Amino acid sequence: MSLFLFLSFVALLSALGVVLAKNPVHSVLFLILTFFTLSGHYLLLNAQFLAAVNIIVYAGAIMVLFLFVIMFLNLNEDTEPHKPALAKFAAAIAGGSLLLILVAALRNVSPAGYDPASFDSQIGMVDKLGMVLFKEYALPFELASILLLAAMVGSVMLGKRETGERNF
Amino acid sequence: MTLPALGWQGLVVLATFGISLLIATYCTYAERVIAAFLQDRVGPDRAGPFGLLQPLADAVKLFTKEEFFPAGANRALFVFGPSLAMVTALMSSAVIPFGNFLQFGDTVIHLQGIEINVGMLYVFGMVSLGVYGIMIGGWASNNKFSLLGAIRAASQNISYELAMGLALIAVLMMSGTLSLREITLQQSVAGEWHYWNIVKQPLGFVIFIVCAFAETNRTPFDLPECETELIGGYHTEYSSMKMGLYLFAEYINVFVASAVMSVLYFGGFNFPFQYELRDWFVSSRGLELVTAQNIITILGLVGLFAKIFGFIFFFMWVRWTLPRFRYDQLMRLGWTILIPLAIFNILLTGGLITFGVIK
Repeated sequence: MSLFLFLSFVALLSALGVVLAKNPVHSVLFLILTFFTLSGHYLLLNAQFLAAVNIIVYAGAIMVLFLFVIMFLNLNEDTEPHKPALAKFAAAIAGGSLLLILVAALRNVSPAGYDPASFDSQIGMVDKLGMVLFKEYALPFELASILLLAAMVGSVMLGKRETGERNF
Repeated sequence: MTLPALGWQGLVVLATFGISLLIATYCTYAERVIAAFLQDRVGPDRAGPFGLLQPLADAVKLFTKEEFFPAGANRALFVFGPSLAMVTALMSSAVIPFGNFLQFGDTVIHLQGIEINVGMLYVFGMVSLGVYGIMIGGWASNNKFSLLGAIRAASQNISYELAMGLALIAVLMMSGTLSLREITLQQSVAGEWHYWNIVKQPLGFVIFIVCAFAETNRTPFDLPECETELIGGYHTEYSSMKMGLYLFAEYINVFVASAVMSVLYFGGFNFPFQYELRDWFVSSRGLELVTAQNIITILGLVGLFAKIFGFIFFFMWVRWTLPRFRYDQLMRLGWTILIPLAIFNILLTGGLITFGVIK
């Protein structure tokens, strides 16, 4: 329980850091920390595979790309465009109403609960997850993998040297 | 798990930590000795017998040098960069099975820091995080050469992680588990003729080792530090122990990469005829089975470290033999050669498994 509270505390704090940090590089680093705390939560829920994949894909690959782009474009406090007051006002109202809707929707929700007798604590382990993915969700899983493969092949095609092109 | 067992396992974790640091320390010495050997020079031989105290002298030098912060650097991130590089490098050796188990009475000690069923993914995750140390340090230096090094490190690591993961998938298709201990044990079964994975996955191994060179930023893929173009790359502005931490992290990464390759492709702590040797100890020497098993475990530990040192030597051999790639050559090799080869390897492995040639 104390571990859960600690993780939640760090998660909320670093998520606030993402929004409030002035420097975009700091924002990205806070976001990475947030992903780590989320992985910690997955571990507490006994979902080791999800935790590891979250670290590899989000913290390890996607955030590297974020950081890459921010460093490349040299975004910092000085070059940040300042929004007019009207835009800030509109954003505050939009965000506030979203929060209101979320609170209103979740106010009366009670956890569905689980049956301790039939609950399988190993459900998050990699072999169980594989069984579920390949038996019950085989088609969506394969379609998603084809989508990702197509994206990868596309990037290789974009990177291929065209005839007559010379870079050096 | 009872408390005494946890205590022993804690000692194993500490030992793994210490051994990683020790090996990284002596890698700095080995690198220079091997460079000298390959270039027909003498190499370090002043400090202590055969220059063995050279790493200590280097440590004294690094610790007592001036701490320098470049103007306009982000001080917090400037310190955070090398620390992060070191932390992620050290964390990845936690799941590597250095040996089977030792048994004293009721106490069974597994010579592995922690055993988790997603061990390989854990190593992979830590490796993919390693690039942050370089990126953050390079960016925080407020130097364009450092920034270029950092950006190169990021794109290089992402590109080669893909091919590395795809090469790994072929191994996982055969093993059916992500646990490094299970993968090791599968490569040698008592009473059967079993091959190490290198026999079944030669192409996968070649892809993996090329990617390991890129992921650890070693020559011929050390573009992030590339001193002929970028002065020192991401660590141009670093001095004293912060610089030392970056170099240390690189050597620990080399050690971990060598250990992972030994475990995945070269049988880990297994060695040929280990079960025959154990039975010979029992039958001819009159030892108890437990004692014989302990001897085999220790021999296996020695064997694994011999494999690891062999790979570390290979890393250094290549460094002092091959020239550095150009940046566009590096990217083309990763994206247009290694990734298609790795996908072909997966298809090939799938076909061979389907037709029962390998299992």
